Amino acid sequence: MVEIKHIINDPAGIHARPSTKLVKEIGTYESTVMISKGDKKAEGKKLIAIMSLGAKCGDELTFTIEGADEAEASEKLKAFLSENI
Amino acid sequence: MKHINGKSINKGVAVGKIFFFNNAKIEIERKENCNSEEELQKFNDAKAKAYDQLSALYEKLLSSVGEEEAGIIEVQQMFLEDEDYNDAVLNAINNEKLNAEYAVEQAGETIANIFLSMDDVYMQGRASDIRDISTRIYRNILGIEDNVDFDEPMIVVAEDLTPSETSAFNKDKILAFVTKLGTDTSHTAILARNMDIPSIINVDIDVDDSLSNQMAIVDAIDGTMILNPTDEQVAKYTQLQKELEEEKSKLGELVGKEDVTLDGKKIKLYSNIGRVEDVEDVLANDSKGIGLFRSEFLYMGRDNYPTEDEQFEAYKAVLSKMGDKPVIIRTLDIGADKKADYFNIEEEENPALGYRAIRICLDRPEMFKTQLRALYRASVYGNLLIMFPMIISVEEIKKCKEIAKEVREELKAEGIDFKEVSLGIMIETPASVMLSDALAKEVDFFSVGTNDLTQYTLAVDRQNKVIADMFSAKHPAVLTALQMIVDNAHKNGIWAGICGELASDSTITKELLKMGYDELSISSAKTLEVRKEIRETDLSK
Repeated sequence: MVEIKHIINDPAGIHARPSTKLVKEIGTYESTVMISKGDKKAEGKKLIAIMSLGAKCGDELTFTIEGADEAEASEKLKAFLSENI
Repeated sequence: MKHINGKSINKGVAVGKIFFFNNAKIEIERKENCNSEEELQKFNDAKAKAYDQLSALYEKLLSSVGEEEAGIIEVQQMFLEDEDYNDAVLNAINNEKLNAEYAVEQAGETIANIFLSMDDVYMQGRASDIRDISTRIYRNILGIEDNVDFDEPMIVVAEDLTPSETSAFNKDKILAFVTKLGTDTSHTAILARNMDIPSIINVDIDVDDSLSNQMAIVDAIDGTMILNPTDEQVAKYTQLQKELEEEKSKLGELVGKEDVTLDGKKIKLYSNIGRVEDVEDVLANDSKGIGLFRSEFLYMGRDNYPTEDEQFEAYKAVLSKMGDKPVIIRTLDIGADKKADYFNIEEEENPALGYRAIRICLDRPEMFKTQLRALYRASVYGNLLIMFPMIISVEEIKKCKEIAKEVREELKAEGIDFKEVSLGIMIETPASVMLSDALAKEVDFFSVGTNDLTQYTLAVDRQNKVIADMFSAKHPAVLTALQMIVDNAHKNGIWAGICGELASDSTITKELLKMGYDELSISSAKTLEVRKEIRETDLSK
């Protein structure tokens, strides 16, 4: 299991477009990804659940990656987050 | 003939026949003890069809409007595949033995309600996207076809339009959109603007099939519609439409041209923005800089102060996108009508005359320093200027400069890069007008906020509807103040601009330039219109 913390940089927060990209990105991993903001949690492949976290710019998100490709997936996810979210 | 009032969301004029788009909500019947297998089959077929329909729409939007707008449809496709949404439908079909169309409608409503309960206007707006998807699927189940094909160009009238309905129409066949419902920030409104179709919303009549094929004039400049117009009205508006088109194509020729008067004075014609995303419009409208970037958006709609890094990223984003074009960022102007709870500002009797803008910043220097640090750190990514709002004394600007100096020294000590940045002030209080000679000796530029200056000079509250007609930035007292400001700026060798709404009014451009103004910062959509005025002005006469 790998854990990544990420502070949202996009001034718009996690809007529909960035969430859509995120779900697509996570869909390419074999591992499962859980996203949490405070005590709210969402599965990484569930768009509506992610959007309903209501994450805004400056909020910290925790990503928990678990599965066969977790090391590689977490590196990819890190790069994706710093680029897009 | 009948006059109808509404609200314009995209300007323009249209004359033609009405196509009534009947997308009234269908009453979905709840049926129990259904055959799950059959219902499941219906749902899967309808969903597959919806996916194909959306793919076709996506391609159409991508080629006709652009990737950003097509993305609205992509989001809907993702909703269609969403597990929670599908689980809700499948549960109703398999376990509760309900009919597919009812299961779909209910699943859509459940998720729409989740969005509606969020404390974020943007997320609340997504409720309409999920409803749009559900409607598409159950219409497919019920075999209801969208009737969006018509031969001659027509005015589309509907109760309301969803983004996918709006984009399903053939752009060349729509003269205008007219709806009873809707908001000007909806995806539908954004699409209408990007497709550049004259549109009005919130019309004050019942819309139904009786409107079909009636002649109408849509005046989306005024936000009105005329049903069954007279021949004279048709002639008048056809002429106006022609003039608008000519004007538009003439203005189009000004893209890439300099903002220079006939006698050769170069004017800084910049734009006002309030969000990072607005930069796209600034560049699309060929504006040569940003004359007012309101930094309040970073502070509003949240629970705590934005961090230095967050601010840095936002400023950096704007500066990098603008390249070497100037970007004037105004430090925090919160208070009065702009509020955020975590500032803990007490209720005030007269908030416009109260604790706001630079008064808060100088009173909470740590918060102010965070913003200035973020600004200076971002300065290396472009051409930054900083401006302070609501100044009433020389002491205030001296304090601002002192804090800015401390920030620079701290950054230097930490080995962090920054550029020297011009510092200016907003002139928006009568006090700053009267002191403009002394203030000009302290700063690199002036930018006049005509809205507040008018309010304070005339003692007319901007928010008070009863005296709204007394609020005029063209009042002789305000114009006298404007002349005094620019004279004192030039006397001291600095430039002066105007970033209030008055600058966007192209009927007064010549007068402002004759006063001597060097810069006008306007709504970016007006760039070419004001550029035209500048290029027709001769200051030597």
